[in-house]
Amino acid sequence: MINRKTFATAASALLIGFGTVNAHASDAAIAGKVDCIAPAGPGGGWDFTCRSLGRLLDSYTQGGVVVQTINMPGAGGGVGFAHVITKRAKDPKVIAAASTATTARLAQNQFPGMNADMVRWVGAIGTDPGIIAVNKDSSIDSLPALIERLKQDPASVTFAGASAIGGWDHLKILMTAHAAGVKDIAKIKYLSYNNGGSAVTQVVGGHIDALVGVASSSKGFIESGDLKPLAVLGRDHLSAPLDTIPTSHELGIDVDASNWRGFYMPKNVSDAEYQWWVDTLRSASQTESWKLAMQQNGLEPFNLFGDDFDQFVIKQVRSLNDISKEIGIIK
Amino acid sequence: METLNYLLDGFGTALAMDNLLYALAGCFIGTLIGALPGLGPANGVAIMIPLAFTLGLRPETALIMLTSVYAGAMYGGRISSILLNIPGDEPAMMTCLDGYPMAKQGKAAEALALSAIASFIGSLIATIGLIALAPILARFALSFGPAEYFALFVLAFSTLGGVTGKNPIKAALAAAIGLSIATVGIDLSTGTQRYTFDILELYEGVDFIVAIVGLFAISELLLFIEDHHGSAPRREIKVNHLHLPLKSIIQIIPTSIRGGIVGFIAGVLPGAGASLGSFVSYSLEKRLVGANGRFGQGDPRGIAAPEAGNNGAASGALVPMLTLGIPGSATTAVLLAMLVSFNITPGPLMFTQNADIVWGVIAALLVGNVLLLLLNIPLVGMFVKLLSIPPRYLMPLVTMVAFVGIYSISHSAFDLCFMVAFGVLGYILRKADIPLVPIILGMLLGPEMEKNLRHVMQINDGDWLALWNSPLSITLWIIALLGLLLPIILGPLLRARMRRTAD
Repeated sequence: MINRKTFATAASALLIGFGTVNAHASDAAIAGKVDCIAPAGPGGGWDFTCRSLGRLLDSYTQGGVVVQTINMPGAGGGVGFAHVITKRAKDPKVIAAASTATTARLAQNQFPGMNADMVRWVGAIGTDPGIIAVNKDSSIDSLPALIERLKQDPASVTFAGASAIGGWDHLKILMTAHAAGVKDIAKIKYLSYNNGGSAVTQVVGGHIDALVGVASSSKGFIESGDLKPLAVLGRDHLSAPLDTIPTSHELGIDVDASNWRGFYMPKNVSDAEYQWWVDTLRSASQTESWKLAMQQNGLEPFNLFGDDFDQFVIKQVRSLNDISKEIGIIK
Repeated sequence: METLNYLLDGFGTALAMDNLLYALAGCFIGTLIGALPGLGPANGVAIMIPLAFTLGLRPETALIMLTSVYAGAMYGGRISSILLNIPGDEPAMMTCLDGYPMAKQGKAAEALALSAIASFIGSLIATIGLIALAPILARFALSFGPAEYFALFVLAFSTLGGVTGKNPIKAALAAAIGLSIATVGIDLSTGTQRYTFDILELYEGVDFIVAIVGLFAISELLLFIEDHHGSAPRREIKVNHLHLPLKSIIQIIPTSIRGGIVGFIAGVLPGAGASLGSFVSYSLEKRLVGANGRFGQGDPRGIAAPEAGNNGAASGALVPMLTLGIPGSATTAVLLAMLVSFNITPGPLMFTQNADIVWGVIAALLVGNVLLLLLNIPLVGMFVKLLSIPPRYLMPLVTMVAFVGIYSISHSAFDLCFMVAFGVLGYILRKADIPLVPIILGMLLGPEMEKNLRHVMQINDGDWLALWNSPLSITLWIIALLGLLLPIILGPLLRARMRRTAD
């Protein structure tokens, strides 16, 4: 790819000339075309994360950094993760989209021979809060009422979610029940669907008791009254008009189950190059245009960057590993 | 009328300048793909998907373009049937019966024009049927729980052998191959890996778009190489100057209307599809007016009936796809994959949550039909010229598009190898006369069918009786049983009649 290189050099020369990049990062300034690996097919969450980054950086660097989204589906993100580790280990011009689905798989050793500290975690651009909701005619009126049912019989309520068994939606309800003191959480019935939409349809149709999912995909159904929301799984309320839904913390259950959307990059890039990405992402995500885009897509702010984010991810992987062992998903 | 308002909004979307242009491009490319032997609508749509993403189209624009390709391919299928006696795809088979004799009599232009009009009427009727039926069915679809879905999948498979199937055992074998391929990957209900052999690329299973393009396009290439050793077959295509008396148009209108209705009903049944639509409407027409017609020797009504039937079935097949999320055919399956990748879940809720997209697509079908009619009558000469390009130039082009298209979806050389492997498999199966469509349906419906069965078991603690404890699921089981048994009883009779028709 001679052309790409020439273009990159030309573009970086142009950029440094105009001085649009943050001053303290200019020694490692990244410019020109960068690849954002969306480790899934076109459409869907990771693809959205990469394309959002493209728009974000395009306006923030005034065209100095051009993000090309590369879809690399396979193994629930494992193919993309392996690609970054093995083929791009020192490449500062590659970044890859990740989310809680990635940490859940890392925690359960679903990427054979790979783990979370083989890459550098850069930061998140927003988060999609976890939510529990029931059919509008359900006899369950609140999260405590739901927990009470589960305490009497963990198998008495059936949940639908968009992840596989052991995936993030499944773990959300297990973590919530665990934090609320439900015994025998392994007996909780969870049915997995391919996507949030099918899970919602089954709950709205009254075939399954409760939905465990994310705010963005259930928002429309809550507003139309088809779903009765029980709680947001975290500390913060959703933005208006859904800000009246109680949080799990208010209801006395200590659980945080939002689905962050963020990035990792290769391990062997220089500290300066890593720092450029961290600073750029941090400042770019503060812009008004980005805040608007987040709101339109049902995302809430998630302000962790650089080492803070790296530690957060490592810690999340560890705690998900603990709970997965406890419920017998892994040994 | 709530529906009418939605539809008017839909026209607003479909008639926007950019959407209209993409629809036009889609119709044109679709007709071209449909006209090429061996490349059906499913392939056409599958190859176009990467393009839709590369262009960064909005969901409604992408879907409008792809449904136009779909409609165009259904139109195009008739061109090679009439001119070359080679059906572009299976449903176009019946069009050969009267179309080719008519072309031999020097009335190729009339045959092409009349079939375009019949296709238009068939599609129009079925699209009206879709508009009337879909919203009602969508509300009703909320009553489908896991047990009802499972019964519906059984129904889809039981009708696969169908009336047109030459050999039900081979169709069942093909479906079994498809179902086996579908088990590869991580099992969602337990997290267990199945047949992945620690190969990362297999964890998410086999991508069925790769399979479709391999099975159909690549195997076609292999067959071509075998047949011709690189030399082009002789094709004598002559199209006369169009002379179309109003009388012939009036003559085929009642036929087309009947064909459209029959086709629509056949299309709505999952699994049965377009082949059944064109076959039944041809036989019906022959019985109704057979005595005073010259069926099999170039009767215009013998072209109109199957064309109206298969175009009607194409729109009919969108009904289960849009309302239940169940694709009844390979093409609707590709469209479904497209919808899901835009984060739109087909099913009952789509009609309220994504009303703009659904109705935009339905309106686009109507607009596309008008465009196709306008394109097909004056431009038929051009499509014919394109058909006379020797395949030794055309096939490499199609192969290149297939490779580039598949690579741009996944950026994986692994998928390309898989596509070629599927091409070889398709070649072998076609040699053995095993149909390919049931493989695709098996791959596609298998995981959903398995998932719903397991959900029934999980909810009801393993009680098998839960599979038939609602009136709806019992009804579906009965229809499935009829679908399985009727062809075995009536099939030999019908096939005998079909042979006599064909002779």
